[in-house]
Parts: sequence; C-alpha cells; structure tokens
Amino acid sequence: MIAVIVVIVIVVILAIGLWTTYNGLVRRRNQVDNAWSQIDVQLKRRHDLIPNLVESVKGYMQFEQDTLTKVTNARAAAVAAGAQGPAAQAQAENTLTQTLRSLFAVVENYPDLKANQNVISLQEELTTTENKISFARQFYNDSVMSYNTQIQSFPANTIAGMFNFTPRQFFEGDAADREVPKVDLGMAPAVQMQQPPAPQAQQPPQPQAQQPPASQQPPTQ
Amino acid sequence: MYEQIARNKRDSVFLVAIIVAVLLTLGFAIGVAYFRTYTAGVGLLGVFGIVAIVWSLIGYYGGAGIVLAASHAQQVTREQAPVLWNVVEEMSIAAGIPMPAVYVINDAAPNAFATGRDPKHASVAVTAGLLQMMSRDELQGVIAHEMSHVRNFDIRFATMVGVLVGMIALIADFFLRSTIFGGFGRRDSNNSGGAGAIFFLIAIVLAILAPFFALLVQMAISRHREYLADASGVELTRNPLGLAHALQRIAGDPNSLRVATRATAHLYIANPLKGRKAKETAGLFDTHPPIQKRIDILLAMAHAGPDTLTSQTAPQVAPSDAAGA
Repeated sequence: MIAVIVVIVIVVILAIGLWTTYNGLVRRRNQVDNAWSQIDVQLKRRHDLIPNLVESVKGYMQFEQDTLTKVTNARAAAVAAGAQGPAAQAQAENTLTQTLRSLFAVVENYPDLKANQNVISLQEELTTTENKISFARQFYNDSVMSYNTQIQSFPANTIAGMFNFTPRQFFEGDAADREVPKVDLGMAPAVQMQQPPAPQAQQPPQPQAQQPPASQQPPTQ
Repeated sequence: MYEQIARNKRDSVFLVAIIVAVLLTLGFAIGVAYFRTYTAGVGLLGVFGIVAIVWSLIGYYGGAGIVLAASHAQQVTREQAPVLWNVVEEMSIAAGIPMPAVYVINDAAPNAFATGRDPKHASVAVTAGLLQMMSRDELQGVIAHEMSHVRNFDIRFATMVGVLVGMIALIADFFLRSTIFGGFGRRDSNNSGGAGAIFFLIAIVLAILAPFFALLVQMAISRHREYLADASGVELTRNPLGLAHALQRIAGDPNSLRVATRATAHLYIANPLKGRKAKETAGLFDTHPPIQKRIDILLAMAHAGPDTLTSQTAPQVAPSDAAGA
C-alpha cells in the first residue's frame, strides 16, 4: 500500500516537473522568436528609410556618388541576405551600418545639407532605427543565451532533447561596436548596490586601459 | 532578469499583505474599542476589508489616470515629440515590453515618472524642463530607469501601497480625532476595567503607530527600488554615464516641481520636493536615496572617477521636443 502511494507521489512530482520545464522552454523559445521579429521589423524599417535618404541628399552630393552607391549596394545586399539566417544577415547589416556611418560623416561637410529639415528628420529616424536595431539585438541575444543555457542544463536538456528544442544562433554585432566597453557587463545589480564607491585616490587615471585580457599577455621566458 | 522580477512580485505581495494586516488589526481594535464587543470588532474588520478592496480596485484601474491628471501631464504623439517618442520606443524594445503611453508635464524642473498597473497599461511622463536640459544619452538613461520600474512591476506596487497607506492614515486620523473631540472616550472611561478599555488603549496606540509603520515600509521599499531601477536601467542602455549625468543635472537644478505632492513624490526619478540638498544618508521617511550616492554607484559601474562629470558640464545639444510639447 505504502509502496503504491510512494510510486504515485514520485510519478506526480515527475509529471509536474516535466510540465513546468516544458512550459518554461516554450516560453523562452517564443521570447526568442518574438525578439527576432523585433529585429526584423527594425531592419526592414531601415531598408525603407535608405532610398528616401539617398534621394534627399543626391542633389547636394554630386561629388560623393561613390559613397551613395556603396550605401545603395549594401542595402540591396542586406535585403537579399534576409533569408539566409541570423549569422549571414548580421554580416550584411553590419556592412550597411558602416556605409551609413561614412555617409553621415560626409554629410557633415555640406552645411546646406545639414540644415535641410528633411535630412535632419531622416537623420533622427535613422539614428533611432540604429539604436532600436542594437537594442533589439541586445534583447534577442539575451533571450537566446537564456534559452540556450536552459536547454543545455540538466534536467531540462533531457526534455529539450525529447521535444526537439534546438539551440539558436546569436546575432553578432560588428567589431567596431565592440571596441568601446562602456560598462562592466559582469556586474550583478545586487552586488553593485552594496559595493561602496571606491575612494578617489584609488581611481586609476585611465580607466579604459585597466582590463587587458590575461590571455593576451605575452609569456616572457 | 525574470528571477529578479519574480522576486519583486513576491516581495510586493508580502508587503501589501503586511499593510493589509495592519489595516485589519486597526479595524478590529477600533471596532472593539468603540462598541465593546468582539462581534463589532470583527464587523468593522470586515467593513475595512471591503473598503480596502474597493479602494484598491479603484487605485488599480484608475490610479494611473488620477496620478497623470493630478500632475497635469499631457499625452503627446510621435509627431509632437519625435526624439522623446523614439527614445521611449528604443527602451521598450531593449526591455522587451510594449510601448507605453508618453506624457509631457509642462514644468521647468527636470523630472520624470512612470505609472500604470502592468507593462501593457503603462505610462511614462517627463517634464518639459527635462527635455530641454538633457542630451539624448541622458534622456535615454532617465527613460531606461522609468522603463525598469515598468518592467519590474514597481509601478503597480507603488500605486497599491500608496492607496493602502493613504487609507490607514485616513482611518487612524479619523479615530484619533473622534476620541479627542467625540463622546466615545468619555463613555468608555465611565466603566473602565473591561476588555473595552484595554482595546481602547490598544486602538489608540495602533492608530498612532500604524500610519508611521506603514509609511516606513513604503519608503524603505521605495528607496530600494530606486537603486534597483538605476541598476536595471543601466542593464538596458549599457551606459551608466548617461544616467549619472542626468542625475547630476537634476541635482544641480534649483527648481522644485510645482505639480508634485507628497502623494506622488515617491513616483518620480528624483525627489521633486524641497530639501534636495546633498545628503550623506537617507532618512527613514525619505522616498529617494541620496542622489549623490546613486551617482557614485553609477560611476563605479563605469569605472570612472568623480572628475568625469565635471569635465562634461558644458551645455549639450537639447532635444527639440520641448518646444513642441
């Protein structure tokens, strides 16, 4: 009798565990899909804005045809890469970001263009779209990491294997974006809150230069 | 991220339960003190319970509208304030929550708050002074802080606790006034020694202590959540200096916000009422931690020294939105 009850209890506990883990996996996978569609929306928005921008600046910039052509080509390549998965698309979109940056750098040289209301509002639109892409990417990558970690850890990995939850790709940023670490990404909010601010005397004068990765130190022999 | 939010929700339920328990105890004690039977105590407890539920429901569904109206906030469209709208949309994408309604308060003092009952029914309000004063990075820091309140369900908690604490204060006040000026006290002193007298004493002590206790709980949580929203705001922007600069500007501004009251002060990103001077420690009844301490923590996150701020105090490009609002 007791043995039967024990078995029933164990089965119920296992069933509840399976149920909650499965639902958790589905929730995280849906979040990844949703985050991806957010990136997609913003990328499309940028693709739609670029022809307008090129049209508005063309008249002023007869001598910069090269830059404009590069932007147009990069846009076409990015649109075409849309069907090739996150990794390929990220590559093409990063190229587009680079060409847009050089276009805006050139715009700085044309006072007429800088004062043009149409160009100003297009510039704000593209700035915010750039930001939205990078924030959507940040949210997507956080979601992917949480999902991938979940399906690779025990005991969820057994259930993930049973129901065919596969790891997702990250949407990689371009190298230029990674050069300026503005924040200590390893920080946990709770820890930071209790950490007293360091005394002024101990602050290094060049904070950026203080974290060379240990692996890059050449071994001296 | 989700664990933090789940913990926040659990804490909120626990604290609301404590405050409700205080409210019900107060109801029971006052009931017994007034009518000298336990049945009456239970009856009044029930009445208070029902009033608390109705009151909370009003606060839950109507609180955001009341707060926005009391602050003279006006809803703006994308066309009226494009930069503000874009920054809010950026942060809602970073936080993975729906786009909230955007409001502007026509006041020169720089400040901002968020309200609503959940991320689907949220509003973010900023003052015209804030828009005029802040660079895009700083505005982003402020909005990220507000969106963190939305994502962490702090806005629901602040509304609910505000409503309940207000109710406790009202009841306690009413009881104390009626004992001092009314006839119940005299009637009771005529036959001292019963359970009524003891409960009368308990009721008075409770009526005096309960509002302080409830307020203490509210303020302690409010300060804690400000630190948390700073930290999780930085998690969204990955740029602690933006918010640090913004707080520095807010601290340096001499104006106090005309539309803010004691009831809404705890909602804002920085204390909108007077006494914003640089303090070293937080008082028990402060709604916000000392602003300098918040800035120091943000600078520590950026591995930057205190000089970082002073070197960048030159006026920056102001968003053009303030004029259109």
